[in-house]
Amino acid sequence: MKGLFLKGINKSFGSVRAVDNVSLEIQSGEFFTLLGPSGCGKTTLLRIIAGLELQNSGQVILDGEDITTLPAIKRQINTVFQSYALFPHLSVFENVAFGLRSRKVPNPEVEKRVNRALDMLEIGQMSKRFPHQLSGGQNQRVALARALVNEPKVLLLDEPMSALDAKLRSQVQVELRRLQQKLGQTFILVTHDQDEALVVSDRIAVMKDGKIAQFGTPNQVYDYPDTRFVAEFLGAANVFSGTYRDGLFHSEIGILKFDRAPSWEHGEMAIRPEWIKISDTEPEINGVRATVREIIYRGTNLDIWMDPGPIRVRSATTDSFKIGDQVWLEIAPSELVVFDE
Amino acid sequence: MNKVMIWYGELLSQKSLIKRGLFFLTPGMLWLILFLILPGLILIVVSFAGRGAYGQLVWDFSLENYKRMLGFGIFGWTPDYLIILLRSIWVAVVTTVLSVLLSYPLCFFIAGKPERTRYLWLTIVIIPFWTNMVIRTYAWFLILAPEMPLAKIASWLKIISPGMPLYPSAFAVYLGMISMFLPFVALPLFSSIERLDWTLVEAAQDLYASNVRIFVHAILPQTLPGLSVGVILTLVPAMGMFVVPDLLGGAKYMLVGNLIQQQFGTSRDWAFGATISMCLMVLTMFSLYVYKRKSKGVELL
Amino acid sequence: MRKIRVLVNIVAVFTLFFLYLPLLAVAFFSVNNTKYGLVWKGFTLDWYIKLFHNELILQAAWNTLVLAVVSTIVSTLLGTVLAIGMDRFPWPRRMNTVLDMILHIPVIIPDIIFAAAMVVAFGFLRLLSSMFEPGLINMIIAHITFQTAFVALIVRSRLVSIGKDVEEAARDLHADTPYLLRRVLLPLLTPGIVAGAMLAFTLSLDDFIISFFTAGPDSVTLPLYIFAAVRRTVTPQIHALSTIVLLVTVIMVIGMERFTRNVQVN
Repeated sequence: MKGLFLKGINKSFGSVRAVDNVSLEIQSGEFFTLLGPSGCGKTTLLRIIAGLELQNSGQVILDGEDITTLPAIKRQINTVFQSYALFPHLSVFENVAFGLRSRKVPNPEVEKRVNRALDMLEIGQMSKRFPHQLSGGQNQRVALARALVNEPKVLLLDEPMSALDAKLRSQVQVELRRLQQKLGQTFILVTHDQDEALVVSDRIAVMKDGKIAQFGTPNQVYDYPDTRFVAEFLGAANVFSGTYRDGLFHSEIGILKFDRAPSWEHGEMAIRPEWIKISDTEPEINGVRATVREIIYRGTNLDIWMDPGPIRVRSATTDSFKIGDQVWLEIAPSELVVFDE
Repeated sequence: MNKVMIWYGELLSQKSLIKRGLFFLTPGMLWLILFLILPGLILIVVSFAGRGAYGQLVWDFSLENYKRMLGFGIFGWTPDYLIILLRSIWVAVVTTVLSVLLSYPLCFFIAGKPERTRYLWLTIVIIPFWTNMVIRTYAWFLILAPEMPLAKIASWLKIISPGMPLYPSAFAVYLGMISMFLPFVALPLFSSIERLDWTLVEAAQDLYASNVRIFVHAILPQTLPGLSVGVILTLVPAMGMFVVPDLLGGAKYMLVGNLIQQQFGTSRDWAFGATISMCLMVLTMFSLYVYKRKSKGVELL
Repeated sequence: MRKIRVLVNIVAVFTLFFLYLPLLAVAFFSVNNTKYGLVWKGFTLDWYIKLFHNELILQAAWNTLVLAVVSTIVSTLLGTVLAIGMDRFPWPRRMNTVLDMILHIPVIIPDIIFAAAMVVAFGFLRLLSSMFEPGLINMIIAHITFQTAFVALIVRSRLVSIGKDVEEAARDLHADTPYLLRRVLLPLLTPGIVAGAMLAFTLSLDDFIISFFTAGPDSVTLPLYIFAAVRRTVTPQIHALSTIVLLVTVIMVIGMERFTRNVQVN
C-alpha cells in the first residue's frame, strides 16, 4: 500500500477543534494541497503528518507502516517551514547537510548529495554563505534543498511562498511543480492562496473549520464546488438563492433551467463570472436582461457588474461597453452549479 | 497519568518532560528561594522584632518599630523619620523629572546622528551607566571644590563663605543624583525614540499643530514605553540611594537609604533597619503599581 | 523647528558635558603632580606607580576580581540552566507568572533592601556555621543571587528569540537530543550566555551597596576601598585608582556593545 493515509484524525487545542475527524488518502508521487483560510486547521494537519504535533485520535499510515507513534526524527518525512527555520549559525552547505549529518551519513556521501541538491536548486555558488546574507527566494531554495536532500517519502511544505513577493511567487509555483514532477516524490503543500493551489496541485483538499470541505482535482473543485464556501474561496462566484418549483429555479434574477435537479426546495446555485456569455440578442435558454452598472479594467479581462443581482461577468478586454448599456446574459444550464445544502 | 506528548518536535511522556524540566529548574530556583525569598521573608519577620541592650534581636513581635517610623518615639512625637521618608520621595521625584527633561534632548541628539556614528554616541551614554557609583559620586568633590569656578561663583554671590566647598548640600545631592540616574532614563528612552515614527510628527506639522502639541500628541505617546521603563529604573533605586547623600549630603540631608545603613551599621538596630526597609519596599511597590496602571503593557528589561 | 533643533543640540551637549565632567576631572587630577589641592603642578604617573606598591589596594583588587570571577561563573551556570528550565517546558501559566516574578525581584527592588535582607539572613546562618561571618563567602553568595536573576532573564530572552521553529526543524531533520544541543541550541544560545556572563561580571565589579553590607574586614573590594578613602580625604592616588576602574569599565562596555551588535547583525 503505497501512499500516505490519514484515518480519523482529531486534534483539539483547549476547546478549539483544530482538526475534526479528517481522513485522507494521498497517493505516492502526487502533489497534494491542503487549501483553506487561516485557522482552518491545515497547518495543524501538516504538523501531525510531520510528527511535530500529536493528534488526540486517529492514525497516520505511510506506505503501509503505521507511523502514528513514530517521533519526528524517525519519520521519513521532511518539512519546509513557513519561516524556513534555517539554522542562522550554519552555512548554506551545513544547513543542507544537517539531516544527513544527524543520521551519521559518511562525509564523502554528504558532500556528494548536498552538492547535487544545491545544484538542482541552482544555489551551488552560495554554499559558503549564511542565511542572513541571502534573499528570501534564495533562503526558500535552501530550505527546499535541506528537506529534499534527505530523499523523504513525503515532503511537507507549509506556506512556503508566503514570504515572497507576488511576481516571484508565481514563478516559484511553476518551478515547484516542475521539480515535483521531475522527482516524482509526494509533496504536500499547505496554502491559503487558491491560485497557488490550482497551479501546482494534482489534487486539492479544501479545509474549513477543521474539516475537509471538498476533495478532488483542481478542475473538480473549481468547476464543481459542493458548497458556497468552496465556490467563493476558489475564485469569484455569483451566488443566487431561490426556490425550486416545477423543475425550474425561481431566483432573484429570473427563472432558470438547469441540468441537475437539487435535493432541496429553497437553496443556492452559483455561476462563475467567466462562464456567463454576453450577447446582443436574446439567447434560447436562461437569458437574463441586464444593465451595465460598473466596469473594472483588469488588464487581461474586464469585470462588469450588472443589474439585477448584481451579477459579476468577466469579459474580454476587446469588448466595449458603456455604463447603462442593456445586454442579454446567457447562463448556460450546464454551467450552473447546484449546492448540496 | 502518563500522557504522551510532542514538545519542540520531541515525542515523550509528560512525566519525563516534567521531570527533566524540574531538573533544570531546581538548582537556580533553590538558590533564589534560599538566598532571596527566604531572606526577604525573614526581613519582614524581623521588622516586627525589637532591639536588645547589646544590639541583639529581641523577639517581642510588636508594631513598635512601625510606630517609631511614624514618629511616636520614647520622647513623644517627632516628625524626623517621616521627614526623611518624604524627603526621599521628593528627591527621587525631582531627580526623575529632571533626568527625563534632560534625556529627551539627549536622545533626539543621538537619534539624529548618522547610523555609522550613532552607536558610538550611545556608547558614550552607556559608559557612565556602568561606571562605579562611588567614583561617579565622589568625583563631584573635585567639581564642587573651593578652588573650582562653581564654588568661586557661589562665594562671590555670598551663598557660601569663601574657601568653602559646595558640598555637603542639597544642591550637591541633586547634582550627584541626576548625573547618577540620567543614563537610566536616557537608555530606555533612546530605544523608543530610535524607533519613532516621524511621519506622525510631519502629519501634526501638516495640521498646524504647535510645538507643544506636536510633542504631547505625536511624540510622547510613541516614547511612553521607553519612558516608563526609564522612570521606574530611576524612581525605585533613587528612593533607596545612600551613596550620594552620604558623600554629598552630609548628616543634615539624610535619605531613607542612609537611615537603613545607619541601623545596620553604627546603631546596630537590625529590627528597625528591617522596618525602614519594609517601608521603602512598600513605597517601591506603590510606585510600581501606580506606574503599571498608568502605562499598561510596559515590560521591564 | 530650526530653533528647536539648535536648542535640543545645546541641551544635549550640555548634558553629556555634565555626565563626563566629574569623570574627566578624576582622570585629570590623577596625573597632577601634587599631593594636595587642585592646582595643576605638571604631569606625573607617580600616583599610578604607587598604586602597585600599595598592599591594601592590591588586596582589594584581588578581592574584587575573585568575587567577580567566582560569582560570574556560578551565576552563569545557574542562570542559564534556570532560563532553559523556565522557557522550554510546558509549565502552567500560574507557575510561569510566579517564576517570572521571582526573577524580577532583584531587578526591581532597591539594592539596599536586598542588602539588608542578606545581612539579616547571614546573621541567622552564622548561628549554624562560622562560614557565614561577614566576608568574601557572603559577598559571593549575595552576588550570585542577583546575578543569577539577570543572567536568567537575558538567556531566557535569547531562548524566546531563538523560538520553537529551529528546534522543530532540527527534529524534522532527524537530530537526536545530544546532536540538537551540540549543533543547534548551544551555538545559538552562546551569545546570550556570554552577554549574560558579561553583564554579571560588570554588575559584580560595579556593585557597591551589596558588598558594603556583606563585606568583612578582610574582603574589601575596590569600590569599598575608594568609598572608605574618600570619606577621610581625597588623594591623587584614589584618582589614579578610580581612573583605572573607569578604564576597565570603558573596555568592558565597549566589548559588550561590540558583542551584542555583532550578534544582532548575524
